[in-house]
Amino acid sequence: MKLTWSTVVLAAFLAVLVGVPILAPQFWVTLGNYIGLYSIVALGLVLLTGVAGQTSFGQAAFVGLGAYTTAYLTTRYGTSPWLTLFVGLAITALVALALGFITLRMKGHYLPLATIAWGISLSFLFGNLEFLDGHTGMTGIPSLAIGGLELRNERSIYFLIWAIALAALWGTGNLLDSRPGRAIRSLRGGFEMAESFGVDGARLKIVVFVYAALLACISGWLYAHLQRFVNPTPFSIIAGIEYLFMAVVGGAGSVWGAVVGATLITLLKQVLQDVLPQLLGRSGNFEMIVFGALLIVLLQRARDGVWPWIERLLPRAPPLPVRAAEPLPVRHYAAQDGALLEVRAARKTFGGLIAVNDISFDIRHGEILGLIGPNGAGKSTTFGLISGALPLTSGDVVFRGRSIGSRPPFEIARRGIGRTFQHVKLIPTMSVLDNVALGGYLRGRAGVLRAALRLDRREEARVRAEAARQIERVGLGAHMYDAAGSLPLGQQRIVEIARVLACDPTLLLLDEPAAGLRYLEKQELAKLLRTLKSEGMTILLVEHDMDFVMGVTDRLVVMVFGEKLAEGLPAEIQRNPAVREAYLGGV
Amino acid sequence: MDLQIFALLAQDGITNGAVYALLALALVLVFAVTRVIWVPSGEFLAYGTLTLAGLQLGKASGIAGMLAVMAVVAALMEVAKAIRQRETRHLARSLAWWAGAPLAIAGTLHLVAPMQPPFVVQILLTLTAVTALGPLFYRIAYQPIAEASVLVLLIVSVALHFALLGLGLWFFGAEGSRTPPFTSASYEWGGIRVSGQSLLVVATSLALIVALALFFNRTLYGRALRATAVNRVGARLAGISPTFAGTLTFTLGALVCAFCGVLIGPITTVYYDSGFLVSLKGFVAAIIGGLASYPIAAAGALLVGLLEAFSSYWASAFKEVIVFTLIIPVLLWRSLTTHHHEDEE
Repeated sequence: MKLTWSTVVLAAFLAVLVGVPILAPQFWVTLGNYIGLYSIVALGLVLLTGVAGQTSFGQAAFVGLGAYTTAYLTTRYGTSPWLTLFVGLAITALVALALGFITLRMKGHYLPLATIAWGISLSFLFGNLEFLDGHTGMTGIPSLAIGGLELRNERSIYFLIWAIALAALWGTGNLLDSRPGRAIRSLRGGFEMAESFGVDGARLKIVVFVYAALLACISGWLYAHLQRFVNPTPFSIIAGIEYLFMAVVGGAGSVWGAVVGATLITLLKQVLQDVLPQLLGRSGNFEMIVFGALLIVLLQRARDGVWPWIERLLPRAPPLPVRAAEPLPVRHYAAQDGALLEVRAARKTFGGLIAVNDISFDIRHGEILGLIGPNGAGKSTTFGLISGALPLTSGDVVFRGRSIGSRPPFEIARRGIGRTFQHVKLIPTMSVLDNVALGGYLRGRAGVLRAALRLDRREEARVRAEAARQIERVGLGAHMYDAAGSLPLGQQRIVEIARVLACDPTLLLLDEPAAGLRYLEKQELAKLLRTLKSEGMTILLVEHDMDFVMGVTDRLVVMVFGEKLAEGLPAEIQRNPAVREAYLGGV
Repeated sequence: MDLQIFALLAQDGITNGAVYALLALALVLVFAVTRVIWVPSGEFLAYGTLTLAGLQLGKASGIAGMLAVMAVVAALMEVAKAIRQRETRHLARSLAWWAGAPLAIAGTLHLVAPMQPPFVVQILLTLTAVTALGPLFYRIAYQPIAEASVLVLLIVSVALHFALLGLGLWFFGAEGSRTPPFTSASYEWGGIRVSGQSLLVVATSLALIVALALFFNRTLYGRALRATAVNRVGARLAGISPTFAGTLTFTLGALVCAFCGVLIGPITTVYYDSGFLVSLKGFVAAIIGGLASYPIAAAGALLVGLLEAFSSYWASAFKEVIVFTLIIPVLLWRSLTTHHHEDEE
């Protein structure tokens, strides 16, 4: 391994970690233990809040579930702590599943508020249940033992805490750089895009929520056996808020943000509690004022937290090269005569407005069909009905003989229909390669566990190789490692096409792909579409640019006011008097 | 439970519910216009009660001191901004606005408080002083990052909540306060005793709600805020400055919270840190309204108040658990009856 800056920094971090329990006084070991415990919780929040965009104030309650489960079982029934860990995880998973099912299906700000409520009621519950000893708390929790080695003092449990924290760090980092990780990163700002590549957004959100809850539970279990005493205070809503502080202040976009945030907040509070009273000669709640004020100033200066700021100081690691890999399996589908997709009397109404009025047409195997019409004709609505973005009011859409009308977009994607978006939907901070690799989501299988444990590398190499192949194919090879958001709009559209090709569709739905493209780029696009057609791809094109449409399509369907006005070869449509009138007005 | 107790509990619930409804209103307003989840609203409420209690004793040092300190901070921020932007033309005006006005209010309080003015004047002074804190804290904490994500604004809110707790302890002390009832009258209808105090709280809440509704529907500024709530960019293009909208919103929000503080003062003893739990109940009501609908939020507030009153009778230890768990079935119901799942950024 070549010596790079990031390895040097990592080595320094590990050296400090190992050095603390061996060399430092007790005080620092205690702080180190807490930083480790907090980092584990904050890591879950990085994934949930920073990456997937779901804010939770309830993590402290999950920490409490882990701590109280082991406290109760070990003191009352003498159960082994190693067993109670799994009991705690099971209980946490159940609670998180139920809460996630209720709150994650809704708009963004329901989750934070619901988690405030649930965090408060759980900590009140801990304080008021007699079998959990109420507000006095439970004492006499045994210490952990590994084999014959009892982790009685803070120095010995330090190693266990940090081993788990580092494992969580490694696993979460791996997860972010994988098939499910790309899908999780795409959840921010709505699932429409992710679902068009076969990601079940609602389910994935719940998985992430459960993952974060489980990390919190592990931290609580460790906490109980470190303190050997639990009471409701450390699991209150205030603690839940502090975990979120750590993630946001550290930098919720990166796993290292969790460690930086946990360290910063823990040290800051410690310093304020120790130093301020000495400085002011009296104790009071000055530390709270200064703490709050410092955080406000910090967020005003660095909205994304501290880690991105540190990261800028470190030299950038070169991107991981794409290695040659066995190609991914390709969908085999023999073309037949007749229609690949039939739109049957599809209708869509919005209140009293009939946007699409019982429209019917076929898309035949291997053709490029253009769907055109003046503004407001219902083209985009029809496109939405086919891709599943909108449910039908009545009628049906049949693909390869099976109904797909009103199915969710991710199911339609699984049948082999790929789409692009009229308004480009890329993840701007992710590289072009990663964006395109997201398109290959359905061609991989790796789940959260396999990804976290790095057991997905073989498949990952194949997906990356396929993404690289598609990027080369659309002519963006030079920009493979650039952030997608840094490309001009025209090229971003082309990235979308590469991404949809990576999902190996049978039918390609393109929503105004030529919009914003320059003349030469349009010619390149037309050439690409003809190549795809010659390889057996069927394409539906919704487009405004007449020159482009006339040059590339085999057949056209013209819509006006939600109805089909004409259907035929481009030359016929150009001569059709009704179409001319619709476009140019009465002559 | 006999009818007497039932009536008493219901009365309690409705009275508290009226206060929660006002709070929920302020929270919905602030969120809709500025996207800030206004966690520190409870501190404004507590400041309201504590200021009025101080005025009762002829003291206003707490709130006057806080106004003065915040005015200085805001003035320094204005000066720093002027230096940074090399633009000093408007400095005099903004200093008059951000420092002059609050300092004038603080000075007035300092002069008038020892004279022990009539109760109504005390209430007006309290409302003015606490309301003046609203725009000040908006200027200091939120305005510099008004365009940040909801999450960052939320974290700033929580940080401000901590700072305000500390400030509350510093300026008002750790003792709890209670203000005298507005009226000791009580009425009897069919064997049920209704206190004039409760009637007054409910009536004033309703009056304030109606006044706010008129403000939003009939006045230009009210419509400007509504426009900002519906479409921030559009409102901006129509000439409504987001800074102005934010300042006005926080002024209104602080006024409503101060009002709640005045109303709740005779009902319960308020400490510097009592506000958080009260405002959380306002939040529960606001969430029931989806942080968007005022009438549903008001109904939710009533529900929260009643639930709290009755659960304190049957299972007082679990009062808070019951109130905050209520939100889960409500969310389930909302989640099953709405379809969209696009997130806002």
